[in-house]
Amino acid sequence: MDIKVNVRESEGDAYVVDLSGEIDVYTSPKVKDAITELIDQGHYNLVINLEKVRYIDSTGLGVLIGGLKRVREHGGSVNLVCTNPQIKKIFDITGLVKIFGIFDDEQSAMKALV
Amino acid sequence: MNAPEFELQTLGAVELRIPARAEWVAVARLAAAAVASRMRFSVDEIDDIKLAIAEACTSCIQRSEGVENIDIRWDALPAELRITVVGDGRGPKLESVKNGSDDKVGGLGVFLIRALMDTVEYEVDPERGPRLVMSKSVQP
Repeated sequence: MDIKVNVRESEGDAYVVDLSGEIDVYTSPKVKDAITELIDQGHYNLVINLEKVRYIDSTGLGVLIGGLKRVREHGGSVNLVCTNPQIKKIFDITGLVKIFGIFDDEQSAMKALV
Repeated sequence: MNAPEFELQTLGAVELRIPARAEWVAVARLAAAAVASRMRFSVDEIDDIKLAIAEACTSCIQRSEGVENIDIRWDALPAELRITVVGDGRGPKLESVKNGSDDKVGGLGVFLIRALMDTVEYEVDPERGPRLVMSKSVQP
C-alpha cells in the first residue's frame, strides 16, 4: 500500500497533482506535503487528479479540505478529477460535492479553474 | 462441481489485534474485506465496510490517549456482520477535547461510519480507550 504523488505545471499558473494509490491515515501526510509545498510557493490554482486513486478516507478528505481553505484565502481554487464511483460516493455523502468542483476529466477541471 | 454454499451460522467470529499505528490500518482494512467477502455482501458494501473499519481504527489512533493496540472482532451472524473495535487507551486525548477536533475531521470519520453502516454505537470513556460497535445487514 502506497501513494504516488506527481506534481506538474499546466496551463497558466495552474498546477496538476496526480495521485495514484490509496490515501489513508498513513499516506495522507505525503499528499499534504505536496499540496502545502505548492501553496507555499504561491501556486493557488490546483487540479488534483484522483483518477488512479483506489481509496480515500477522512484523513485524505481532510488534506483536500485544508488545501482548498488555504488557496481560497488567496483567491485560488482546487478542482478534482474523479471517476471512481466509490470515491464519488464518499464526496457525495460528506457533502463535499458542494464544496469542490469534481470533474470527469482533467481538461474540464482545468477549464473550470479559469 | 458446484462450490458448497456457506452456512453463515458456521462462519463464527474472527479476531485481529493490530498495533495502534497508521501503517497497520491497511491490514485491518484487508482483513475486513476478506471477512465481508465470505458473506453475501456486494462489492460496494465490502468497500463501505473497509472504510468504516479504517475510520474506527484511525479514530482510536488519533483521538485517544495511550492506545498501543487495537482489537477488532468480526461476528458473522445469520443476518448481519457485527464489528467491534476497541482501543486499549486511557481516554480521549486532552487536545481533542480542548480544541473540539471531535467535531472537525475526526468527526468526519465518525460521520462516515454512521453513513456507511446500519447501526453504530460509539463509547468514549474518560478513563478507558474507545469502543465502537457497528453492524451491517446482509441483503437476503
